[in-house]
Amino acid sequence: MEKWYLMTIVVLIGLTVRWTVSLNSYSGAGKPPMFGDYEAQRHWQEITFNLPVKQWYFNSSDNNLQYWGLDYPPLTAYHSLLCAYVAKFINADWIALHTSRGYESQAHKLFMRSTVLIADLLIYIPAVVLYCCCLKEISTKKKIANVLCILLYPGLILIDYGHFQYNSVSLGFALWGVLGVSCDWDLLGSLAFCLAINYKQMELYHSLPFFCFLLGKCFKKGLKGKGFVLLVKLACTVVASFILCWLPFFTEREQTLQVLRRLFPVDRGLFEDKVANIWCSFNVLLKIKDILPRHIQLIMSFCFTFLSLLPACIKLTLQPSSKGFKFTLVSCALSFFLFSFQVHEKSILLVSLPVCLVLSDIPFMSTWFLLVSTFSMLPLLLKDELLMPSVVTTMAFFIACVTFFSIFEKTSEEELQLKSFSISVRKYLPCFTFLSRIIQYLFLISVITMVLLTLMTVTLDPPQKLPDLFSVLVCFVSCLNFLFFLVYFNIIIMWDSQNGRNQKKIS
Amino acid sequence: MAALTIAAGTGNWFSALALGVTLLKCLLIPTYYSTDFEVHRNWLAITHSLPISQWYYEATSEWTLDYPPFFAWFEYILSHVAKYFDQEMLNVHNLNYSSSRTLLFQRFSVIFTDILFVYAVHECCKCIGGKKVGKELTEKPKFILSVLLLWNFGLLIVDHIHFQYNGFLFGLMLLSIARLFQKRHMEGAFLFAVLLHFKHIYLYVAPAYGVYLLRSYCFTANKSDGSIRWNSFSFVRVISLGLVVFLVSALSLGPFLALNQLPQVFSRLFPFKRGLCHAYWAPNFWALYNALDKVLSVIGLKLKFLDPNKIPKASMTSGLVQQFQHTVLPSVTPLATLICTLIAILPSIFCLWFKPQGPRGFLRCLILCALSSFMFGWHVHEKAILLAILPMSLLSVGKAGDASVFLILTTTGHYSLFPLLFTAPERKNLFLIGWKLSTYLAWGLWKSAVNLYSLSPPGS
Repeated sequence: MEKWYLMTIVVLIGLTVRWTVSLNSYSGAGKPPMFGDYEAQRHWQEITFNLPVKQWYFNSSDNNLQYWGLDYPPLTAYHSLLCAYVAKFINADWIALHTSRGYESQAHKLFMRSTVLIADLLIYIPAVVLYCCCLKEISTKKKIANVLCILLYPGLILIDYGHFQYNSVSLGFALWGVLGVSCDWDLLGSLAFCLAINYKQMELYHSLPFFCFLLGKCFKKGLKGKGFVLLVKLACTVVASFILCWLPFFTEREQTLQVLRRLFPVDRGLFEDKVANIWCSFNVLLKIKDILPRHIQLIMSFCFTFLSLLPACIKLTLQPSSKGFKFTLVSCALSFFLFSFQVHEKSILLVSLPVCLVLSDIPFMSTWFLLVSTFSMLPLLLKDELLMPSVVTTMAFFIACVTFFSIFEKTSEEELQLKSFSISVRKYLPCFTFLSRIIQYLFLISVITMVLLTLMTVTLDPPQKLPDLFSVLVCFVSCLNFLFFLVYFNIIIMWDSQNGRNQKKIS
Repeated sequence: MAALTIAAGTGNWFSALALGVTLLKCLLIPTYYSTDFEVHRNWLAITHSLPISQWYYEATSEWTLDYPPFFAWFEYILSHVAKYFDQEMLNVHNLNYSSSRTLLFQRFSVIFTDILFVYAVHECCKCIGGKKVGKELTEKPKFILSVLLLWNFGLLIVDHIHFQYNGFLFGLMLLSIARLFQKRHMEGAFLFAVLLHFKHIYLYVAPAYGVYLLRSYCFTANKSDGSIRWNSFSFVRVISLGLVVFLVSALSLGPFLALNQLPQVFSRLFPFKRGLCHAYWAPNFWALYNALDKVLSVIGLKLKFLDPNKIPKASMTSGLVQQFQHTVLPSVTPLATLICTLIAILPSIFCLWFKPQGPRGFLRCLILCALSSFMFGWHVHEKAILLAILPMSLLSVGKAGDASVFLILTTTGHYSLFPLLFTAPERKNLFLIGWKLSTYLAWGLWKSAVNLYSLSPPGS
C-alpha cells in the first residue's frame, strides 16, 4: 500500500525537477544563423512533415543537409513526424517549410518542452520504476530511494530538458532491453534494444554486451537444442525489427546507403570540439589529429576500442550473468567513449545509464562516476547558460545519494567489490591493505579538483593565448577520472566469479 | 572520511528535507514573478535612497510603502547587500527595473531569509512530541509536520514564484507559537509584537494572543474545575507584557511619531479606499455576496424590476482595485465587515477565556481567528489563507479529526491560489508540485489518523 504512494511522490519529484530545469534556456537560443539542437529538432519536424520519405536524408533545394540535416536513424524521423502532426494542430507556422527557420516563441518552447516530458514519461520513467522494483535482495524503501536517485541524475535532466535532446527515448528503450534480457524475456528485450538502436545509432555502444550476453545464454542452453532455437528466434526478432523500422528505405540501395552515410560520418575526423576522451586529451600533447592520416586514425581507434573491451565481453559470453551483464555494459560503453571515433561529450550519458543501474550495488563509486560525468559536460552546459540548474541538480543528486545510500559508510573493500582483487594482490604484496583508503583520497582529490575547475571556469577569463584552456582542463581531468573507472570496472568484472565461488564456499 | 560523514549529516532527515526544498527554490528562480517583485524593488530603492521622513510619503511608483516600519528597516538592510549585485535597482526612478542580477538578488534574499522559517519548523517539531507510533520514519508526526511545513505548496507558490517575503514572517509566527507551547510566554509575546510590526496582516490573529496571554499567563492559577481564579491575577506579568509590547511599538513607530507622520503611516497601512474585494477575489463570504448581488441584478434586469440607467457601470469583476456600490443588496462598509468578523471570532474567544485548554486551545482559537478574518475581512488577499493553513498543520498531526479538516482546508486553500500564476509553464509546474503534496498529505494524514485512532479513544 505505502509503496505506490511513495513511488508516486518520487516520480512527481523527478518530474518537478525536470520541468523547472526546462524553464531555462535551450541550446542555440537566440543565436542565428545556426542556432542549436533545439532548432535542429524543430527543423526535423518541418522536414519530415513537409517532404516525402524519399527525400528526408537527401540533399535537395527543399532540404539543405548543411543546415541540420537528419543524422539519426529512421525512428527519430518518425518521432519528429508525430510531433509535427501535433504542432500542425496547434500552430502550423511552427513547421512551415522554409519560413519557420529559426522560429522561437514562448508557446513553441512550451510545446517542445512538453514533447520531451511526454516521451520521458511514456518510455524512460516507467522503465526506471519497473527496473528498481525488480531488483533483488533490497528492501522496498531502498528500491524507492533508488528510483529517486536515478531520476535525479543531473546529466540526463540537463541535456534533455536544458540543452534539448531526446536521449530519454533511446536510453529508455535500452533500459527496457536490459530489463527484458535480465528477466529472461529475451525476445522482448532484444526488440526493445533494436528500437533503441534505431532511434539513436550511438546505442551501438551497448550492442556488444547485449550480443555477448544473449550468445552466452544460448551456449548455456546448449547449441544443439534449446540454445539454437533461441539463437534463431533472436536473429529473426532483430532482423524483423530492423526491416520494420527501415522499410521505406530498403526500397532502393541508394536510399539505404545514404542513410548509412548520414549516420556514420567517417569524414568528420577523430573528434570534434572538446570531449573527455583519450584522443582529445592526447591531442593536447601531440597533435595526432593533424599528423596521422584519416584511415590510420580509424584503424587506431578501432583497435584500441576493441582491445579494451574484449576481456569483459569474452567473460560475459562464457559466464553470462545479470550482474556481469550490467557491469559489462558500463565497461563497454566506457571503452567506446574513451577510444572510439567521432565521440560527442553527450555520449557519456550512454555510460551513465548502466552506472545508474548498478547504483545499489556500489553506491559510492557510482555516485562518484555520475558526478564526474555531469562535470565533464560543463563547457557545454555553460554555453547554454545552465550553470544554476546544473549546480542545483548536482547538489540535489549528491544529497539524495548521501542520505539514502549512506555512501561514505560503504567504502570498505567488500562494499567496493574489490575484495577478491585485493586478496589476489596480497598474495604477491602482503602489505596491500590500503586500497579503500587510497580510493577515498582519490575521491576527495577528484571532487576538490572538479569544484575548483568549475569555480575557475565561471569566474576567471582564460588567457589570450589559450582561449580554450578551461574546456581542455575539464576534458583532461574528466578523462583521467574515466580511465580510472575503466580500470576499476574491468577489475570488478574479471575478479567477479572468484568472489562468487568464495562466497559459496563460505556459505 | 568519518568527518565527511558527520558533515554530510547521513541519516539526518530534517537537514535533507530543508536542503532539498532550498534546492527546489533555487530551481524556481527563473519562473514568472508578479508585480510584487517590482513592489519590493521599489521599497529597496525608497529605503536606500531616501531619508526616513520620505519613506511613507514617496509616491513616484504606484507601489507605495504599505507595510509597518520594521519591514521598511528590513528592506533597508537588504538594500545594503543589493548594492553589490546591481546598483541600478536602488534608483527610485528605475520603475520596473528587472535585470538578471536584480532577479537573482531578490530571489536569493527570499530563499536566504527562509532560514528563520526552517528554524521555527525545527522548534515546532520539538513541541509536538511523538507518541511512538512506529519505527517507520514516514509515520512519525515530526516527519509529517516537517514535510507539511517545509514543503508547503502554497508558501512555495506565493514566496518563490509570485514573489513575497512570507517565509520568514511565518517563521516568526510559528516560533512565537512554539515558545507559547514551551511555556516561554514572554518570548512568544515579544516575537508576536515584532511580527505585527513587520506585517500588520497578523492583526487577524492578535485577539487570540491577547486573550490567551491574559487568561493563561496573567492569571497564574485556575480553580479545580478549570474556571478563572480572580485572586491569582499577577500585575507583574501584565505590566511586563505591556512593557514588551510598548517597547517594540515604540521602537517601530517612535521615529514616525517624532516626525508627526503617524496619520500618514496609518493611512498607508490601512487603505480602506481599496474596496471590499481585491482585484482577484479572495474566496470569502464577500465574494459570495458579490456574486449573489450580480445574479440578482441580472435577474432583476431580465424581469424588469430594475432600471438599467440606475445601475452603476463599474464592474466588480474587472480585475481592478476600486470602491463601488452593490446594486441589489445593501453596500458593505468597513465597519460592517469588522462587526461580522468580531461576531465570528466571539465563540472561540469565549472558549479561550472560560475554558482554556492550554496551548492547543490557543492554537485552535488562532486558526479560527485567522479563518474568520479571512471570511469577513475588508480587502482580503487570497494569500491570507496561508495564515490559517500553516498553524493548522501543527494541529493536524496531533489529532485524527483535525487531520481530516486540514486535508479539506489545504486542498481548497492551495487550489484557490492557482489564479496567482498566470503563465502556462508555471501552471504545469504547480500542478505537479500540488498533486505531489496533496498525495503525500492524503496518505500521511490518513496513516497518522489510523494510528492515533487506534491508540487514543475517540473524543479525547
